[in-house]
Amino acid sequence: MSIEVKNIQKQFGEFTALDNVSLSFPTGELVALLGPSGCGKTTLLRIIAGLENPDGGVVHFHGEDATHVHVRQRQVGFVFQHYALFRHMTVFDNVAFGLSVRPRGKRPDKKEIAERVHDLLKLVQLDWLADRYPDQLSGGQRQRIALARALAVEPKVLLLDEPFGALDAKVRKDLRRWLRRLHDELHITSIFVTHDQEEAMEVADRIVVLNKGKIEQIGTPDEVYNNPATPFVYDFIGQVNLFHSRVNEGWAHIGEIKLPAPEHPQVRDHAAVAYVRPHDIELQALPGEGFISAVIDNISTAGAVLRIELRHALADDVIHVELPRSQERLLNLHPGSQVYARPTNSKIFLQNR
Amino acid sequence: MRSLRKPSVIPGFGLSLGFAAFYASLIVFIPLAALFAKAFTLTWSQFWDTVLDPQAVASYRLSLGAAFIGASINLVFGFIVAWVLVRYHFFGKKVVDALVDLPFALPTAVAGIALTTLYAPQGWIGQWLTPFNIKVAYAPLGVVVALTFIGLPFVVRTVQPVLEELEKEIEEAAASLGASRWHTFRRILLPALLPALLTGFALSFARAVGEYGSVVFISGNMPFKTEITPLLIVTKLEQYNYAGAAALAVVLLTFSFVLLLLINMLQHWSSKRAGG
Repeated sequence: MSIEVKNIQKQFGEFTALDNVSLSFPTGELVALLGPSGCGKTTLLRIIAGLENPDGGVVHFHGEDATHVHVRQRQVGFVFQHYALFRHMTVFDNVAFGLSVRPRGKRPDKKEIAERVHDLLKLVQLDWLADRYPDQLSGGQRQRIALARALAVEPKVLLLDEPFGALDAKVRKDLRRWLRRLHDELHITSIFVTHDQEEAMEVADRIVVLNKGKIEQIGTPDEVYNNPATPFVYDFIGQVNLFHSRVNEGWAHIGEIKLPAPEHPQVRDHAAVAYVRPHDIELQALPGEGFISAVIDNISTAGAVLRIELRHALADDVIHVELPRSQERLLNLHPGSQVYARPTNSKIFLQNR
Repeated sequence: MRSLRKPSVIPGFGLSLGFAAFYASLIVFIPLAALFAKAFTLTWSQFWDTVLDPQAVASYRLSLGAAFIGASINLVFGFIVAWVLVRYHFFGKKVVDALVDLPFALPTAVAGIALTTLYAPQGWIGQWLTPFNIKVAYAPLGVVVALTFIGLPFVVRTVQPVLEELEKEIEEAAASLGASRWHTFRRILLPALLPALLTGFALSFARAVGEYGSVVFISGNMPFKTEITPLLIVTKLEQYNYAGAAALAVVLLTFSFVLLLLINMLQHWSSKRAGG
C-alpha cells in the first residue's frame, strides 16, 4: 500500500517539528527517514501511524484520506525503539495479542491463532522461545518478537522507530541485514527511522534526509551518498573535509590550487565551501601539479582502511584522508613526514551572504 | 553467621543485621510477645470467654468488615485519583497531590470530629441524607466512611509511582495492534498495576483495622452495633482488665496477620507473573 503525506505541519510549543513536509512512499518499498535527533523524523513516523496528530496537512493511505483515522483502525504495524513488549505475557501471548483482541466476529479461533503465531515466530527464527517472558530475552530477540507481534495483525504498512537503536553494534549489524532479507520476502511497505547513516545506506531502498523539520533530499542510498543535494546532506552522510574557497567562472580556488566547479559557470568571485570526502584525496611523496603540501599529524592503522590526519594552512581543521591499506608500504607514511595531497573529486556549494 | 550469607562486596552484614534484629525486637517483637504473654495469663476458658463474648464478636465483624469495605473503596477510587494525578495536567494538580497526604498528617481525632460534623443528621451533608433514611454518623456506615478517609493515601501513594513508570509506548503498542481502550486496560495496564494495587489495599486495610481516633467520634460506639474492637480494648483497659484487652488484641492481630499474609502471597504470585 502506498502512503502519501502532504503539507504536514507539526508544532510542539515554540518548536517546529515538521515544517510543510510532503512525501510519498510507493508500495513495497523500504524507506529510511534519516536525520539528526530533533529533526522531526520520529514525529513524522508517529503522524503516519496515527499516534500523533498533525497541526496541518493530510495523510493518505492508498489514495484515501487517513488523517483522522484512529491508530486502532489504521492497520499499521509499529515497532518501538525500546520494544514495548508486554512484560507480563509470554512471547506467544505477545504475538497473539493483536489477534486475540479483535472483535468476536473477526477473531480467529484459538487453533488458528496458535498456528499464525508459530508461523510468525518461525519467520523471526525464535519459535523455541514461545513460552518465555520478555525479560528473559536478549535485546535482539525482543526486537524480533516485537516485529513478529506487529506483523501478526497483517498490517498494510510497517513502521519502525529506531528499531536497532538500543542494541549493541554487532547485533545491530546482524539485525539490519536480517530486516532487509525479511522485507525482500514480505514486500510490505515499510518506513524506518534512524539517525545512523550507515544503517540507512545498508537497509533502505530509498532514503529521506530530514533536517530541522524539512526534507533535505530524497534518493537512493547511492544518490544520497554520491550526489548530496545540500551541504547538510554532504556533512551528515559520511565524513567530509571542508575547504573555504572562492568560485570564479566555473573554478573554485583554494590557495594555490583550483578545483572544477562546473555547476557554477556564471558565478564571479563568490565565497564557497568545497566538500571533499576522505577517500577522494590522493597522496604522493613528491610535489606535483595541483597538489598541496601537508604534514601528517596522525595515522590510524586499525580497520580496513588507513586513516590519516593531515595538517595544512588552508583547512580549518585537520584534513581526513582514507587510503587503501596497500598504500601504507608504497608511501612510507609516518607522523611528521611531508606529503602532497590532491582532491580527486569535490562538490562546491556557494555560501549565502 | 558466615555460612548463612552469600559472599558480597557490601561490608558490614553482621553489624547491620545485628542492629536490624535488635531494633525490630525492641520496637516490634518484644511488645507483641509481651502482648501474647499478657493474654495467656488468663486460663484457656477465661480466654475463650473473653474473645468469644458476643459483644466482642460483633466488634470483630464491624472492625474487619468496615476495614475491608473501606480498603475496597480506596482500591477503586484511590486508583482513579492516582490515574488522574499521573495522566492529566490541570490547574491545581499540585494542590490535589498534596491534599492526598492530608489523612496521614491530620490527627485522626480531628478527622473524626470533622466527619461527624459533616455527616451528623443535622450536618452539611447529613441533612440531605436524612430524608432518604440514610444514616451515616452513629451508624456502621460512618465507620466505613472514617476508615475510607484514613486509608486513601496508601492506595494512591503505592499506585502512583508504578503508574508513572508505565511506558506510554506499551499503550501505544496495544492501540496499534487494534486493542480497544478497555482491552488495553484489562489486559495490559491492570496486570502491570496489580501488585501495587494489592499492596495499597493491604496497607489501607491494615491501617483501618487498627484505627481508633477518628472512628470513636463518628460511630457513636453502641455495643453490638457500632463498636469497633480497638474501642472495646480501650474500654477493657479503662476497667484495668489488662489481660482481657490483650486477649482481644491477640485476636485482632491474628486476623490481620492472616489476611496480610494472604494478600502478600497473592501479590507475590501476581508480581511473579508480571515480572516473568
